[in-house]
Amino acid sequence: MTKDINEDIKWAKINEDVLRSMENPRKGYWMAIAGCLLLLSFAIGAEIYQYNVGMGPSNLNWPHMWDLYIATFIFWIGMSHSGTLLSAILHIIHADWRKPIYRFAEAMTTFTLMTAGLFPIIHIGRLWNMYWVLPYFSDRGIWPNFRSPLVWDAFAIATYLTSSALFLFMGSIPDLAICRDTATGWRKKLYTVLSLGWRGDDRQWRHFRKAYLIMACFLIPLAVSVHSIVSSDFAVSIMPGWHVTTFPPYFVAGALYSGCAAIITLFIMLRYFFRFEDYMTIPILEKTAKLTFAIAMVWTYLNIIEFSSIWYGHDPISKELLLAKFYGPYAPYFWAMIFLGSVLPFTLAVEKLRRNIPVMMVVSLFLNLGMWLERWMIVTPTLSMAYSPAAHDVMWPSWVQWFIVFGSFGWFGLLFLIFVKIIPSVSMYEVKEMIFHRRHMAKKDIAEVMHRRTTDKKTPATESPGLEGA
Amino acid sequence: MQKARILALFSNFDEAFAAISDIRHYKVPGVSVDDVTVISPIEHPEIEEILGERPAHVPKFTLAGGIFGITFGFLFLASAQANFTVQPQGGKAVIPIPSNIVLTYEMMILFSVLFTLTGMMLGARLLRKRKSLYSEKVTLDQVGIELEVDEKFLEPLMSLFNEHEALEIRHEVVR
Repeated sequence: MTKDINEDIKWAKINEDVLRSMENPRKGYWMAIAGCLLLLSFAIGAEIYQYNVGMGPSNLNWPHMWDLYIATFIFWIGMSHSGTLLSAILHIIHADWRKPIYRFAEAMTTFTLMTAGLFPIIHIGRLWNMYWVLPYFSDRGIWPNFRSPLVWDAFAIATYLTSSALFLFMGSIPDLAICRDTATGWRKKLYTVLSLGWRGDDRQWRHFRKAYLIMACFLIPLAVSVHSIVSSDFAVSIMPGWHVTTFPPYFVAGALYSGCAAIITLFIMLRYFFRFEDYMTIPILEKTAKLTFAIAMVWTYLNIIEFSSIWYGHDPISKELLLAKFYGPYAPYFWAMIFLGSVLPFTLAVEKLRRNIPVMMVVSLFLNLGMWLERWMIVTPTLSMAYSPAAHDVMWPSWVQWFIVFGSFGWFGLLFLIFVKIIPSVSMYEVKEMIFHRRHMAKKDIAEVMHRRTTDKKTPATESPGLEGA
Repeated sequence: MQKARILALFSNFDEAFAAISDIRHYKVPGVSVDDVTVISPIEHPEIEEILGERPAHVPKFTLAGGIFGITFGFLFLASAQANFTVQPQGGKAVIPIPSNIVLTYEMMILFSVLFTLTGMMLGARLLRKRKSLYSEKVTLDQVGIELEVDEKFLEPLMSLFNEHEALEIRHEVVR
């Protein structure tokens, strides 16, 4: 079986490779930056136009008060889930193959949340009033409605963003100390501040280990709660197609799914940009692909459950809406979602395809397209066919909405690419740990040998755990 | 008697471990394993086998954060709702328990995380100026053993470290 990582790699080389990546990426990196800037400039232009003219040009009008902005908000929130959640779960279960890839996955979480947070602001039109959602003391004693899932959203997303960013930062401290010790100029100053005086003594490692584990334990229920709460925006309403009890797990599964697909995309991009072939290896890509396939099947199952609950239920409007999704004006997008979300993932079950990087890149992009369509198919068809026939209306998003949606990819990409240029995108100390432990996994249990050496002075040196490279 | 600080660097954890093992077995009389600080590029939980279990109080901070989050969260929401009765209640309680649980839960997690990080920073003694004996090689691939002892123990410690093939030994007088 191919190993996840080359276990003979020298520790100094790990530092060298990762630190070099921050100085000298391939040209593709700069092209990606330029592409992101271009997309972002379209969005800024569209937003300025919408700000000046009002919400009319975006086609957001009754009954379509929510459209691409909210669908894309859910998409980005969903994508945020896999990074921190998977990192935390894999950390707790000691799945060490996460170590070369978790840093960028956690960064993805932070930046997707920052992207998602823009959409409710853009969506309300009157951006300057967004702060009304926050609970603050005012002279008039006015508070937000704490019973509303929209306020729960604000709390949950703020908590998740804060916790994920802190989790990302905390996990980076030992690496920032490495950067501090080798950098010069402004980077040295930056890393000196960010590394918080880390020196790697046993007291620091002991506290670090405990705190990191505790934070991982908190982030798992937090991540699940966040997307459950986002699903409550819909499920707590009485709209057909939204008032569904399976929505929270359905949203969480969809979130994990799109996040895993995004991890594959970013994995391949970073591997190419920064020449990380030794760290972001094919076996790790395969493991991520298998995980994505498993989650895709969960998502497919939850889709079937949702459809059959409506089909066998007693709500004729919901049933009619379901049929409209199958045959109505949005049917091509609905079936595209089903194909991309439930059929395409079977490519991940084929080993030959899983090991093919260009194929995986294309598949991961299409999986995310499918997940974006899923969010659109949650929001828009329901609004086009609610209980009141007077409100039946098919609406297509205007160019303003499309530009802002595409621009959000530029915004996310820009933040992410700047981050990976400043902060090591591969965790150096954890890759060293991975190699250290794997190298000795086949040998005697380290703790057992060491324990014997502390109690029995006669233990021969040949029985030492042999920790070369440490 | 003046105090001195000594730092020995080893090429691998095995040698460092053997040196600490000798200190634990009082090969240098008067120097205890409690004086030892191990500095390493990666986490070595197995070092506790020889250093003994040393405390980490982070979970206490987490617990405090969780309790604070629950208490503050619920009281904050309840007091805001109790002072805003003009808001339409829709036939529901002024202070509704189910929806407040959602937000209280989020606050519990938020404050637990914040307190955990604070506990880690305080416990790990971060944000302090690094000691002058720090070597940048420990973030690369070497393992360091640092001790603060009476000056008279410097010589025996240096010979012990040399016995275990220390790559480099540095020392300084503290006071």
